Amino acid sequence: MSSIALRADTRERTATRRPRRRWTGLWFLVPFLAVFVVTILAPVVYAVGLSLFRNRLVGGDSFVGFDNYIQAFSDPKFLEGLLRVCVFLFIQVPIMLVLALIAALAIDSRRLAGAAFYRVAVFVPYAVPGVVAVLMWSFLYSDRYGLAGNLNDFLGFDFLKPFTTEWILPSIGNIVTWEFVGYNMLIFYAALRTVPEELYEAAAIDGAGPLRVVWSIKLPALRGAIVIATIFSIIGSFQLFNEPNILAGSAPGVITTYFTPNMYAYNLSFVGQQANYAATLAIIMGVVTAVIAYIVQARGARQEVR
Amino acid sequence: MMRTPSSVRPRPNRQRRSVILTVVMVVFVIYSLLPLAWLVVSSTKTQKSLLSSFGLAFSGPFAFFDNVQQTLTHDNGIFLQWFGNTLVYVVVGAGGATLLAALGGYGLAKFSFPGKRIVFAVILGAIAIPGTALAVPTFLMFSQLGLTNTMWAVIIPSLVSPFGLYLIWVYASEAVPTELLEAARMDGAGEIRTFFTISLRLLAPGVATVGLFAIVATWNNYFLPLIMLSNPDLYPLTIGLQLWNSQGAGIGAQPIFNLVITGALLTILPILLAFLLMQRYWQSGLSAGSVKQ
Repeated sequence: MSSIALRADTRERTATRRPRRRWTGLWFLVPFLAVFVVTILAPVVYAVGLSLFRNRLVGGDSFVGFDNYIQAFSDPKFLEGLLRVCVFLFIQVPIMLVLALIAALAIDSRRLAGAAFYRVAVFVPYAVPGVVAVLMWSFLYSDRYGLAGNLNDFLGFDFLKPFTTEWILPSIGNIVTWEFVGYNMLIFYAALRTVPEELYEAAAIDGAGPLRVVWSIKLPALRGAIVIATIFSIIGSFQLFNEPNILAGSAPGVITTYFTPNMYAYNLSFVGQQANYAATLAIIMGVVTAVIAYIVQARGARQEVR
Repeated sequence: MMRTPSSVRPRPNRQRRSVILTVVMVVFVIYSLLPLAWLVVSSTKTQKSLLSSFGLAFSGPFAFFDNVQQTLTHDNGIFLQWFGNTLVYVVVGAGGATLLAALGGYGLAKFSFPGKRIVFAVILGAIAIPGTALAVPTFLMFSQLGLTNTMWAVIIPSLVSPFGLYLIWVYASEAVPTELLEAARMDGAGEIRTFFTISLRLLAPGVATVGLFAIVATWNNYFLPLIMLSNPDLYPLTIGLQLWNSQGAGIGAQPIFNLVITGALLTILPILLAFLLMQRYWQSGLSAGSVKQ
């Protein structure tokens, strides 16, 4: 990413010799930066401040240094939620990205009639609001009147139990996959479209089969897109909130108030009135996400150099 | 010599249809559209036949128009109020986000100024910060400022799209020729005027892409309004539907699942239409963005 910045810089340097325009570019950025400061920088700073204090019934706010952080890393509820989103991340994200990859390669293969239809149809769920997606799936999951119930009736025993403790994470994973597989497919497809036609022609002349073309031409071309999609999926997994929070109504007792770190932070600040501790958890999750996203990006960049 | 046959006649193995790939994609499409098909079928059922019939088959009296009418008038037409609120959030929030991203991305792409690198690094870093991690601190801050439970509490945070800014920036460095801007300057046009009369037109596909994704983000926004708003009169559709759905869960409650389902259908129709109608723009904008990762 930064290589583009360098290139853009050198190109503009020649165009910006007159001092009159020295600050013009910044003026274009001022409206964005103003809102950016109010909605991103200030909350981060505020949250860091909050996390260093603790509110006591007697004596009010007092400075406690890193005590809240120490508490978080020995808090079984937080660690349970963190472990759960990690499990989710390592199972759901690869499944979703591989499915998206298969769909993108199939649509780009030129061996499908009506590829444009498939592209749009698979993408459609992305435009469906998350709340509506979860509502629909929770109806479908219902063993009383949903498709899961219909299937169980047909089989004669309770084969699908989407709202039980063992099944709830796969149930959520399915909803998330349904929502985002098309979006990731589109990112991959867009990257595949940039492969120059001559490469395919050269491969055909060399007698390369379709699998060889996928392995040697298409997958290398997809590397950047895969890195981007992986980073977005990691961020999404760590932020997991909407799906479990809405499903909690249909699966009482199965989805706890600390099911994911984000739900825990939400319930701490809005039900438990523990703003300081909630801010601490938000910061920990932000740092964990940023570090993992950075590692993925750095690994992706290193492979590109090789 | 080699090129002649291939350009005259398309290579035969490119044209051969693959049965396996077709089957795979048909399965994909069924998976993607099945819940939506269920939603459409269910929106034609009464509350009673909803619970007693197979989900994917039409059954009982055809109650679609009755359901729509009930959805729109239930609780003094609160659904229409939520619809109007959502429109406000989308027009002001997504519209503002697109404009700010377009101005800022253009500024980053076409000018150099002191501190540009720092600005760039900070914004890229912000893409990695999970939005929901910020939501709780933002709420605490906004409540200090007395902004919670107002429309501004939902609008202001949706005005910033770091990824949108990044996309426009990448797009602008390719799509707006620096020579053109130089020519406009020679003619004495101001920078702001040049932006709105010349550059914005060249940026159109990128702006449409950012705009459409901002529309989806605000139309689908759930977490932010959930924490910021407590007055149902300010709710967007997503929170309103969730409220209706939870009304059926309590003991002795009167479930209104037929209204939840019809309301859900009415909620997704506009956004689906926007996507299908603007396909050409966002697909080209997205590919332009992905070229330069």
